[in-house]
Parts: sequence; C-alpha cells; structure tokens
Amino acid sequence: MKSIKEKHSLAMRWTHWVNFPVLMIMIWSGMLIYWANDVYTITIFGHKLFQFFPAGFYKFFNIPSRLAEGMAFHFFFMWFFAINGLLYVLYTVISGEWRQLLPQKKSFKEAWQVLLHDLHIRKILPPQDKYNAAQRIAYTSIVVMGFGSLVTGLAIYKPVQFYWITWLCGGYTMARMEHFILTVGYVLFFLIHVVQVMIAGWNNFRSVISGFEVVKITAPVITKTADDEKSI
Amino acid sequence: MMKNPFKRNTDIKTVSQQQINRRNFISFTAFAGFSAIAYGGWRWLNSLPVETSGTTAGANKLLRRALDKNELVLRNAFSNNHLVQTYPKSMAAKVVRVNSNIGMTDTSFDSKTWQLVVNRKNGTQLKLGLDDIRKLPKTAIVFDFKCVEGWDQISHWGGVKFSDFIAHYNLQEEAAMQYVGMATPDGKYYVGMEMASIMHPQTLLAYEVNDQLLPDKHGHPLRLIVPVKYGIKNLKRIGSISFSDERLPDFWAKRGYDYYSGL
Repeated sequence: MKSIKEKHSLAMRWTHWVNFPVLMIMIWSGMLIYWANDVYTITIFGHKLFQFFPAGFYKFFNIPSRLAEGMAFHFFFMWFFAINGLLYVLYTVISGEWRQLLPQKKSFKEAWQVLLHDLHIRKILPPQDKYNAAQRIAYTSIVVMGFGSLVTGLAIYKPVQFYWITWLCGGYTMARMEHFILTVGYVLFFLIHVVQVMIAGWNNFRSVISGFEVVKITAPVITKTADDEKSI
Repeated sequence: MMKNPFKRNTDIKTVSQQQINRRNFISFTAFAGFSAIAYGGWRWLNSLPVETSGTTAGANKLLRRALDKNELVLRNAFSNNHLVQTYPKSMAAKVVRVNSNIGMTDTSFDSKTWQLVVNRKNGTQLKLGLDDIRKLPKTAIVFDFKCVEGWDQISHWGGVKFSDFIAHYNLQEEAAMQYVGMATPDGKYYVGMEMASIMHPQTLLAYEVNDQLLPDKHGHPLRLIVPVKYGIKNLKRIGSISFSDERLPDFWAKRGYDYYSGL
C-alpha cells in the first residue's frame, strides 16, 4: 500500500498544458511581427551588448519576411491565450486555491532561503507547503505577467480605441517595449521552470499530469476500513 | 453555507500500487492523446489552403476568417469620440519617413494635369483639381503615424477633413454606403476600408506636410491621412475615390494582411 495526496486539480492541469503550446505559438508569431521593426538592444553605457535578434537566430527559426503571417496567427491565438488564462484565474479564485499560490508576508524572506538552498549555499529548506515561497512568487508573477501581456498587447493592437490602456502603459512606444520584455520574461521563466522540474524529479512532474503525488510517510497513518470505503 | 464545488479533498489517502498504476495509465494516455490531437490540429491549420483570391488574398483560410471576425468584434469599440492623440507642432518630425513608393513610379505622371476623380453612386464622376480642394477649410493634425511594421513617428499634416469634403460636394448618399476605396492614378496601389474610419473626424485628404505642399515622395498632390488606420491604408497620390456596399480591393489585404488594420 502507498500513500498519495491529491496535488494539482484537473482545471490547473488542463490550463497549464493548454497554455504551453498556445504561449509557444504566441511567442513564435510575435517574433515574426517583431522582425519587421527589430529595434531592441541591450545597451549599457553606450556599449551594445546584445541585439534582438542576431541574423543567425532569425535564419534558424525561419523568421524573416513573414509579418502578415505572424499577425494572422497572433490575432487568432490571442483569444485562446486570454480565455485559457482567464479560466485559470477564475478557477484559482473560486476554488480558494489562491491561498496556496499568492505570496504571503513571509514569502519574500523565505524565497531567498529557498534560492540559497537551491544554489547549495544553505542546507535547510524553509517549510514547504503545496508551493514553497519561491514558487508562490514565481507562479503569481507569471499570471500577472500574462495579464500584462494582454494589457500591453491591447495597447499596441488598438491604441486609438483603447487609448486609455495605451496611456496606462506609458504610450504606444513604451507598450510595445513592455510587451517585448514580458515575452523575454516568459522565456527566462520557462528555462528556470524546466530545470527546476527536472531537478524536482518524476513524482513532482507526474502530478501535473495525473494530479497526485506519492508521499513518504514517516509517522503511522490511520487507514480506512473496508466499511469506510463503502460509505464513500 | 453552500459548499464550494471546486473544493478538493487533499488529505493523504492509502491506495494500492495497482490503483496508482491505473491512474497513471489513464492520465498519461489521455495526455498523449490530447497532445497528438493538438499536434494534429496544428498540422491541419498549417495545411489549410490559402484563401480564394478576392478583395483579400494570401492568408491561410481559417486565419483570414479569424481576422475578419476580429474586425466585427473590434468595430464595436470604434467611436468618433475616440480621437487619436495629438501633439504640439514642435514635436513633429522634420524628416518624415518614406517607407514605400508603390503606385508612384509612373514617370509620365504630371501633377499639373492631375485631377481627383470621385465616382458617384449614380455613375457620374466628379473631377477636381488641387485648387478646388484647397478652397475648402483647412484642417491640420500632428499625430503619431503608426506603421504595421511596428515603428511610429509623430508627423504634421494639413488638408481637408474627409467629412467636410463629403459635405461640401454633397456626397452624403455615397457616405451612407458601407465601404470606400481609393487608388493611385496608375492603379498600382489601392486601399479599401469601412466608412466609419474614413468619416472619422481626424481623417484628412492631405496636401501639406510640415506646412509645405506635399513633396512627390509623400504623395503629391493629394494623399490620404487616416490616423485610425496603420500606414498601409494612408494612400499617397490619390487618383480616384469610389464607394460601395461591398469591400473594395486593398493592396496589402491581398498580400495576407488584415483588411481592417484599424487602430
């Protein structure tokens, strides 16, 4: 016999795995659009460190001269991205699971301890709930970022009809840059996320597909009798 | 109090290895199945033929439908009260960007004999010279011109408000139709759009940039400035204006771009 614990709800698993390909398509089509005016660089003290993006990158992903196609994909899949994100947030709010997700007062201090632990600087890990402090911050941020992408996206998509959104973003030029920076953020999130999932191991990964985790019990557990089973 | 239907029991349960295997099998099979469906859907979407060539062309059939549906949704947000932000003249670019000269390469074109041809609903034509148009009240605008490519530039234009032009030449019957179309004299560049955008109070038939008559590269003698659209709809060197209840052809919409292209 083994002990298991329900971890991720079906709603969370669905929206997570729907979001993955949809966001990939949004990033890819976004790059087809960005190519037409690829002005962003990382420049420090007048020294250009990086250009978004080098010619080899464009060539590798077959990006050049596909602006119209990029826009058509982007403005179709944006609906799926938005609706899926909205469903996730609605579920999280209604189910009360936001309590396990939102950072708490202590999360910011604890997240630092989690980081030190993960970097093998600190031995002891702070108490883990469903999500540890670092995860609370990361998974809440990513939802806020998603919302930010919708807002900044709308600001550059219809800057006249939704002029107040464009204004909130600091203007059209700013909104486009914010939209781009958020996307860079997703890519960084994705890289760290995948590494962390690989380190966390199979039991953790499986829970995002099958929903439960096998738990190691050190203290004795009260097992249900056959009668209890029937009554369920 | 009502029980939250989304509240889950997350207590630790004791189950057999077989039960675990069974759940794993079901969920992983479902996961693989849905992944395959998603991948198949992506392949299917990309295998769809390009739309049949009409007033629009060049886009994937389904994606074109999505663009057109988006137009219907976003037209609801359109209002003549939503004005493009304007700026002081001092902020306008001195060197106004030139991005294209399609439709202006005809070397035999003579601006002195140029006339604007307005095709009326009753089949007659109204022909006007630049002097006729300049007699109408002048309107100027300094706004952030936005290109579909992603760049924008504050520029300063002067001309006749399109709605003033319609009123002055008694084209109300034409303006009651659904779409408007414009083309260069050589017919090589053409735009089409819904009436609301062309009748927007900031839309101009422009003959000046930075208080000077338009140079050739900016569409001398007369061009369209429609701030509620991307630059691709801001046709240079207008030869003719037509009206219709159907969409009129549009150069970039025939090359895969959104017909609406509204901002």
